[in-house]
Amino acid sequence: MSARETAANILIVALLTAIPLAAIVLDEPFYLTLATRIVILALAATGLNIALGLGGLVSFGHAAFFGLGGYVAGILASHALNMEPLVFGLPATQSMPVIALVAIAVAALVALPIGAISLRTSGVYFIMITLAFAQMIYYFAVSWPAYGGEDGLPMALRNAFPLVNTAKPLPFFLVCLAVLAAALVLFRLIRGSRFGAALQVGRQNPTRLAAVGISPFGIRLAAFVISAMVAALAGVLFANLNRFASPSMLSWQMSGELIVLIVLGGKDRLLGPLAGAMLYVFFEYTLGGLTERWQFFLGLILLGVMLFARGGLLGILAGRTRHG
Amino acid sequence: MAEPVLEIRDLRKSFGALKATDGVSLDLRPGEIHALIGPNGAGKSTLIHQICGSIPPDSGTIRFLGRDMAGIGMAGRAGLGLGRSFQVSSLAQEFSALRNVMLAVQARQGSSFRFFRSVMGDRALTDPARAMLERVGLSARADVPAASLSHGERRQLEIAVALALEPKIFLLDEPMAGMGPEGSKNLTKFLDGLRREAPILLVEHDMDAVFALADRVSVLVYGRVIATGSVDDIRRDAAVRSAYLGDAV
Ligand SMILES: Nc1ncnc2c1ncn2[C@@H]1O[C@H](COP(=O)(O)OP(=O)(O)OP(=O)(O)O)[C@@H](O)[C@H]1O
Ligand SMILES: [Mg+2]
Repeated sequence: MSARETAANILIVALLTAIPLAAIVLDEPFYLTLATRIVILALAATGLNIALGLGGLVSFGHAAFFGLGGYVAGILASHALNMEPLVFGLPATQSMPVIALVAIAVAALVALPIGAISLRTSGVYFIMITLAFAQMIYYFAVSWPAYGGEDGLPMALRNAFPLVNTAKPLPFFLVCLAVLAAALVLFRLIRGSRFGAALQVGRQNPTRLAAVGISPFGIRLAAFVISAMVAALAGVLFANLNRFASPSMLSWQMSGELIVLIVLGGKDRLLGPLAGAMLYVFFEYTLGGLTERWQFFLGLILLGVMLFARGGLLGILAGRTRHG
Repeated sequence: MAEPVLEIRDLRKSFGALKATDGVSLDLRPGEIHALIGPNGAGKSTLIHQICGSIPPDSGTIRFLGRDMAGIGMAGRAGLGLGRSFQVSSLAQEFSALRNVMLAVQARQGSSFRFFRSVMGDRALTDPARAMLERVGLSARADVPAASLSHGERRQLEIAVALALEPKIFLLDEPMAGMGPEGSKNLTKFLDGLRREAPILLVEHDMDAVFALADRVSVLVYGRVIATGSVDDIRRDAAVRSAYLGDAV
């Protein structure tokens, strides 16, 4: 990492820590909610960035995994609250770590066939087929009345976390922050590993990868599944933040939002998704306060990024990327 | 005579009306350099692509180490020991020369599903990769991204990557192209030594190199092999002279 990128990263982390501090000093708990939202979106986008940034796999369906995570949290919690067992008499639970593990497992099981089918295609077809799968899951959720259908599934309480009172904004924020930190460590390890090398060469030149005897398919499938697992984990936290598993978490707009975050922040950078999430929530809050049509202005900003700053915010702050 | 390592029989491939490979039969024997020459558009690269598995033939067979290659993909064939260099160099452009070679070392070790350990600190990868760059004379450029290498350096890097795979045969598609006289001479010497490691099917326009290196030469014209023989046979062959060699001899 260049000295300049390190400086940019410190700046981003400093800004992120400043928000909860401001929330406490100014007694504005809403800022803490915003900061938590940033962290969770950054987590989901960091997950997607394993597929997109490292592997060049533009999945337009990661909301499916994000939403699945949310619904796993909502469904398990509501069963536990009403003392109803799940299918096959399995006990439900309120424990966030257990719920997170279930969500990750469910996401992996769903991502495996979706990835295996989608990765037969590439380019625009890949984008479209991942979108189509996500839309199927979206319509399934919306038309299933047992878990709220179009209205979504409210959660009476946040899931429980050992030794932490998740009902309070600051401890919940810290839990989310710790999970994001873990995901960033994971991203960094993967990027520098043998698997990461194969994944990145698959993006740069799949023919080269095959010519040394590594089939791109298996590498990409693994990346797709890992990235879905991280997105599902973010979904669990997001439903907890809002105390609500909403079908909008499964929508194509959500998938698009995750891509936008990465493009805004810089897809080649460790902290690109976090920088993008900060920028996105900042626009949402400021522009969104001024006009209902803030997304129009967001579109203009995105256009600017695509035309003049392909590396996103971190590309501007930290200069060009160099690979070892 | 030893069994051929690579056996091509009656291979055919058409692009629409164009017969790019028109009933080609060809062998590569242990320890030999078999040069494949022919005018532009004769179908040399198309043949290499079919051997590697990046283009499927319409009919005919390719046997490698006695095994039919039909149904085995490019990665599978590379894994069995088919090393190649591309006519248009095909590298991981953003990665350094060293990392390009490290990928091949990693592939040979058969271990790409390792998710945590950093490759840059992994001597099992970096040491053989550096040694390979040394062999092709690219050590000084180890940390330069492939995209920033000169044309000739990229050709050298392609060869280093192919070598790192420790393949059973080499398929080299115009390795001398764009190298300059000095580079060609060095590479000729290098390939001369390489035949001891694995036989080479060499596609090359540089006739000095071909005549210096080849044990056998096949001449491809319009997708057909019009002659196969020793360098002297080919020099003498009237059909070859008129079809291709012209003033070169
Ligand atoms: N994918 C393709 N689709 C259609 N035509 C093709 C394709 N690939 C090659 N050809 C044609 O097949 C013929 C043989 O091409 P090929 O690249 O194999 O020639 P070559 O002998 O390698 O020539 P050169 O010496 O210029 O590299 C050419 O006429 C070329 O235009
Ligand atoms: Mg060619």
